[in-house]
Amino acid sequence: MQNKNPLPFLVWMLCGCLVLVSLACGRGDRQSQTLTIAGSTSVQPFAEKLAEVYMKQCPGLLINVQGGGSSAGIMAVQQGAAQIGASSRELHGEEKKLHEAVIAWDGIAVIVHPSCPLDNISLTTLRQIFAGEIKDWAALGLKPHGMHVITREEGSGTRTAFEELVMDRREISPTALVQDSNGAVREIVAHDPHAIGYISCGLVDQQVKALAIEGVLPTGANIKKNLYKLTRRFLFVTAQQPAGLAQEFCAFVLSPQGQILLEKEGLIGVH
Amino acid sequence: MLTREKLIEKALLLLALSAIGSLALITIFIFLEGLPIILKTGVSHFIFGAHWAPTKGHFGILAMILSSLYVTLGALIFGVPLALACAIILAEFAPASLTKILKPTIELLAGIPSVVYGFLGVVLLVPLIRSYLGGPGLSLLAAAMILGIMILPTVISISIDAMNAVPALYREGSIALGATQWQTVRKLVLPAARSGIITAIILGMGRAIGETMAVIMVAGNALSIPTSILDSVRTLTANIALELGYASGAHREALFATGIVLFIIIMILNSAATLIAGRK
Repeated sequence: MQNKNPLPFLVWMLCGCLVLVSLACGRGDRQSQTLTIAGSTSVQPFAEKLAEVYMKQCPGLLINVQGGGSSAGIMAVQQGAAQIGASSRELHGEEKKLHEAVIAWDGIAVIVHPSCPLDNISLTTLRQIFAGEIKDWAALGLKPHGMHVITREEGSGTRTAFEELVMDRREISPTALVQDSNGAVREIVAHDPHAIGYISCGLVDQQVKALAIEGVLPTGANIKKNLYKLTRRFLFVTAQQPAGLAQEFCAFVLSPQGQILLEKEGLIGVH
Repeated sequence: MLTREKLIEKALLLLALSAIGSLALITIFIFLEGLPIILKTGVSHFIFGAHWAPTKGHFGILAMILSSLYVTLGALIFGVPLALACAIILAEFAPASLTKILKPTIELLAGIPSVVYGFLGVVLLVPLIRSYLGGPGLSLLAAAMILGIMILPTVISISIDAMNAVPALYREGSIALGATQWQTVRKLVLPAARSGIITAIILGMGRAIGETMAVIMVAGNALSIPTSILDSVRTLTANIALELGYASGAHREALFATGIVLFIIIMILNSAATLIAGRK
């Protein structure tokens, strides 16, 4: 009798596996009702907001917003894992074959602790700070203290844009601290009076102070008039000319309602 | 009856092999993805180069290898004395009833997700280091302290097992000769359990070197080779986890190559542990 016991066990296990597999397949059928947006962590909070409003208007539709970064989002679109890729950097090389739609403009704000007396910074000084040439606040006429420079990880859309707009082909110093999201950079700057970092303008809040660049504050009006120097584009990337759900969602984002929503969240509309 | 027996045997064998197969697949995959870039950059350039700017074609991971080793060493400095003291108390001095409660409690430490350790580090430890010792707070020191706590359950429970494996006869003999309990532990139990304790420490090292999330949160992830314990560091694991999301092309391959180096380090540690555990 004892020999018999393992067999039913194995049969049950096989059944279990089959059920799991069929469940996994079942998910595929519902995909037609699901729109997946993957990509930049800078775009993610805005995409989530848009998705939330759009899902309320279209019951039964599920919009899945994932982070992972611009490159991951673009790759997801190339491989068909997501219908829309959100990118906070320009497409280059192979990626140019994809279809891009500009959904909004965003400024990159240079942020410091609210207690920092600094209000304005020049592009050159900013470059020297991030290149590691200026290491002490004393160089800016403040109380001497080591500067804690915070940057984003290599490949991040915000970092790529910052390098293009500020660094002038210089490299960001290897001694700079590296954080993997806008939120993490803001969190550190909010608690460290000697830190300086950069994040998407839309994510600046009262915890940190955004500096004026060459005398121009990163306000919506200044970005719109193209006065603020550190400005970049937010893209929705699709495999071809968007169709179906992706097209409907893109149309919603570019509609006055979608654009007003983005502006309310701190971005600058395309119209 | 016999055929059924054979059938079950084969099915179990297949399941067992699938577990090993997944290890083989992982190994093959990371080597296939990562090896080309190592060969292209040159092994010595890759391992001994200190310039990491993957989107600009510089792939040197020396700073990260050193950081991983420093952080692990730091974790051992904080963790091992604590863990050994704890193991000695629980195995030799504490009454059985207390051990019964304390040992599972310590093992519970292993069940706390690493992101929670990292969060505690960021919220409690980092501000303390920043205001009392200087620097940005996110540092080698913070990472070493957090990891020192994280390796406790591994080191403690394996050390306790090693000490319990020392026959009671030895202890009784020692006590009968007039040695105190502490003398017995120091001169007899610890030397007898040495290989087990070293294994415990090596496995703790493996845990520390492989930890990712908590380290990313508290180490600051700067790319330079640290010159003080208050400097920010980036470990091999942190490098992979930080950049994989955005990486493509050669950058992605370089991260897999980082994985290969990590894989080899952990293989060496694990083999050392097995070897020492086997040799009594």
